[in-house]
Amino acid sequence: MSASEFGQQFVNALGLGSIYALVAIGLAMVFGILRLINFAHGEVLMLGAFAAYYFAAAGLPFLVVVLLAVLTTVAIGLLMERVAYRGIRGAPDVALLLTSLAVSIALQNGALLAFDAQPKPFPTPAAIQEQLTVGGIQISVTNLVTVGVALLLMALLTLFVTRTRLGTAMRATAENAMAAQLMGINLSTVIVAAFAIGSALAAVAGILWGARVGRIEPLMGFIPVLKAFVATVIGGFGSIPGAVVGAYLLGFGEIYLVALLPGELSGYRDAFVFAALIVILLFRPQGILGSSEPEKI
Amino acid sequence: MNGRKDAGQTQGPLRDGGPGSPAPPLLAVEEIRVYYGAIQAVRGVSLDVRERELVALLGSNGAGKTTTLRTISGLFRPRSGKITYDGADLTKLAPHRIVAAGISQSPEGRQIFGSLTVRENLLLGATPRKDRKGLGGDLERVFDLFPVLKERLAQAGGTLSGGEQQMLAMGRALMARPRLLLLDEPSLGLAPLMVRRIFEVVSRLKAEGVTILLVEQNARKALEVADRAYVLETGTVVLSGTGLELAANPEVERAYLGA
Repeated sequence: MSASEFGQQFVNALGLGSIYALVAIGLAMVFGILRLINFAHGEVLMLGAFAAYYFAAAGLPFLVVVLLAVLTTVAIGLLMERVAYRGIRGAPDVALLLTSLAVSIALQNGALLAFDAQPKPFPTPAAIQEQLTVGGIQISVTNLVTVGVALLLMALLTLFVTRTRLGTAMRATAENAMAAQLMGINLSTVIVAAFAIGSALAAVAGILWGARVGRIEPLMGFIPVLKAFVATVIGGFGSIPGAVVGAYLLGFGEIYLVALLPGELSGYRDAFVFAALIVILLFRPQGILGSSEPEKI
Repeated sequence: MNGRKDAGQTQGPLRDGGPGSPAPPLLAVEEIRVYYGAIQAVRGVSLDVRERELVALLGSNGAGKTTTLRTISGLFRPRSGKITYDGADLTKLAPHRIVAAGISQSPEGRQIFGSLTVRENLLLGATPRKDRKGLGGDLERVFDLFPVLKERLAQAGGTLSGGEQQMLAMGRALMARPRLLLLDEPSLGLAPLMVRRIFEVVSRLKAEGVTILLVEQNARKALEVADRAYVLETGTVVLSGTGLELAANPEVERAYLGA
């Protein structure tokens, strides 16, 4: 691999890792508080992308489109929590997992009916589609925007969870839900906040994914959520910093595998990714940043 | 309605000027039954705590003491029975509403938020408080009771020693300015010197007018400070009476004081 190719792939990997990170944060947040692996999170991403598609088709400016898509997915996330998950709070993990798969499948099929299976071209603004050449390295503006947006949102999230009362309550609940309730923390408030934040990040991730891939379709949420799941497992499930680290590791692993592998093997990149996951879990079952905490009540 | 058997009749409050008239208790637990899945952990416990009283709940492991406290805090729902506090029914309230009503708990095993700082732990204790201005004064009060916490403010809770964590758990519970404080095994696993410190603070809180329901395995210490006590065995109250009566009771002596 030449130096310029390496540099190009570096930015590309940062971009992919950033999207995984935005999705993984939402998964990790909800898991930390509810012990729920929310596979329907991928459909929130998908719906965010479609919301953006339709708002853009209505001729709105792109920033307004993003804002409206975020608001739409927040509403969807809260509705999902209220309808599907609130009633089974504290149920065995398997019941939670199956419910989230059911929600995921229901939303996928609803989207197939509503939007049609035919992929739609994503209306990425022309300014973002350009390529820059810096010192012989071609850099796509989409990747730069993706990385910038992700870093900005992660910085804001860090401020929120460390500096605000609700953020502190969320960290406390993720660590020890029983003790948090004894502090007078309203569990529902914390859960709603986790779904709202996770859904907003998923909408942004869906839009960035649309811009990256160029088209959107109803089943597009599955791969990102699966990858985000792997990222959170690598990082230590429930740990937000762990999820981010895992997401970037995964992004880099994938991009460089494709770049380094001979052409006929690059189609197997996901197989390599999951093989790496198995190896990591063999040596560090709690993930990279995870701690082996006792079971929660 | 009140099915427990008293070992001796419950006397008037031991504090000065107690009229001995049957003022309604601050907390009344009536015949609660609590299940863990199919297992009945609490089989019809009744007890009451009057304003400014210190009541101890004694018994061996698995007797249902912690389950009783957690049910009062709303973490478990009794399958039957009733809990009233200050005349209002608590039985179906969510835990955060019970804290807001004035009952806070320092749980068994301390349950400190280990990754959060001591300051964050303490401020979380004040979650239900509306008057954010009084917090500084309340922090000072906690530091007055537990000076070591002031030196540890910026440290993660998990780095504290067991005794310090116990102080933090109690300080955190006090930050809600509770009218009724539930203390679950505050001396468990602590060195004798630390046990004495903790009990000094318990006595001081009582003197300041905080009503306390104390769960303890250290029956001797608990009976020294308690106005009254209940003894639980396999989920039911088997004995109750004043601290002095129970300390002198041969059964209690044999089973819990290790004569």
